[in-house]
Amino acid sequence: MASDTLNEIAEVAEVAKAPGMPQLDFSTFPNQIFWLVVAMVVTFFIVSKVILPRIGGVLEERHAVISNYLVQAADFKKQAETAEAEYETALKEARAEAQAIAAETKANILKDLDKSVALADAEIAAKTAESEKAIADIRESAVDDVRDVATTAASDILSALMPSVSDKAAVKKAVTARIKG
Amino acid sequence: MAENAVAEAVSEGATLNIDPMKQFEVLPLFGDGPIYWYTPTNVTLWFGIAIAAIVLLMVLATRKRAVVPGRGQSIAEMIYSFVRGMIVDITGEQGVKYFPYIMTLFLLILFTNVLGLLPMSFTVTAQIAVTGVLAMVVFLFVTILGFVLHGPKFLKIFWITEAPMAVRPILAMIEVISYFVRPVSHSIRLAGNMMAGHAVIKVFAGFAAVLAAGTPLGVGLVAPVAAIMAVIGLELLVVVIQAYVFTVLTCVYLNDALHPGH
Repeated sequence: MASDTLNEIAEVAEVAKAPGMPQLDFSTFPNQIFWLVVAMVVTFFIVSKVILPRIGGVLEERHAVISNYLVQAADFKKQAETAEAEYETALKEARAEAQAIAAETKANILKDLDKSVALADAEIAAKTAESEKAIADIRESAVDDVRDVATTAASDILSALMPSVSDKAAVKKAVTARIKG
Repeated sequence: MAENAVAEAVSEGATLNIDPMKQFEVLPLFGDGPIYWYTPTNVTLWFGIAIAAIVLLMVLATRKRAVVPGRGQSIAEMIYSFVRGMIVDITGEQGVKYFPYIMTLFLLILFTNVLGLLPMSFTVTAQIAVTGVLAMVVFLFVTILGFVLHGPKFLKIFWITEAPMAVRPILAMIEVISYFVRPVSHSIRLAGNMMAGHAVIKVFAGFAAVLAAGTPLGVGLVAPVAAIMAVIGLELLVVVIQAYVFTVLTCVYLNDALHPGH
């Protein structure tokens, strides 16, 4: 019984001692070192032949592309400024032209207006003259009528009062003299 | 009586059966034979998976070479710019020559670290042998480079001219010691961080198994699983930071080799 237990303890102790720190098991060192060297050489070749040239190239290319874009952007900015200046000039010219056109149009309109006013004035004057002439005619004819009526009336009165003295010419002369007076 | 108690403890130990270190064992992929230097092991497998992941993200995702990048290409470019910026910040433009080496280190460590968080996975960077060799490679490379570039003047890194003459020999001794301790701290830091986190997760996983069996409806599972989730979140941070730290220190050492005059 006692020896069994002791054996068991011994076994456990053996098992506990065997692993210890496996890192200090020197029999595996050559193996680890060999595979480490292999891994380092392989990784070094991948790093120096593929990884670094590729990523370095990509970063350089990106740098070039970005500076290229910056140059282009500056160019575009200059173009935009030129375009703006041109636009300003064009705008100024257009404004000046518009003002000239407006002034000219105004002058033309004024001229037309003056002409129309003059024409209208002339027409009005003509009409006025015509009307005056018509009025004069009417007045003339009215005087004539009055004279005729007066002459007739005077002749009639005279022939009725003094039939012997019927001198129409004398009567007419007298009436005319009377009307004038 | 005493014997019975021990026996009970032993049988209990058998049911608890948590061995957080088992995950770090190097095992052959095929069969059960001895491990020679060329035997394909889980180290081979997980380095292979890491390289496949690197190719997937850094090569396949960037194959379009788009001027306006997609998601994968953005991540690849971000890693590229991050590592390059780190080298330029620490060593100046002269360090860019060593970009491929630093990038290799960073990618390999980052990907093996992150892949190690997958359940059932094997973390190669938790192995002292692996991180030790990485740190020694960096140490030897930097030291040889320093002497090649500057000859004996490289030794100036141990001679602090800013300090008063009297203390310079003492400082030089301290500097020499700290210089040779660099690869040790460099490697243990990475392996230790990886190992500790994974072991903690494994311990909680063991608790989860025991509590799931020992409580009604397995409700005891909730607490350890929540703890595992929290630790995994923390570990994700740790693995990325440790990959970064290893690379930053490499850059700092490289800077010493390039500009030894402090």
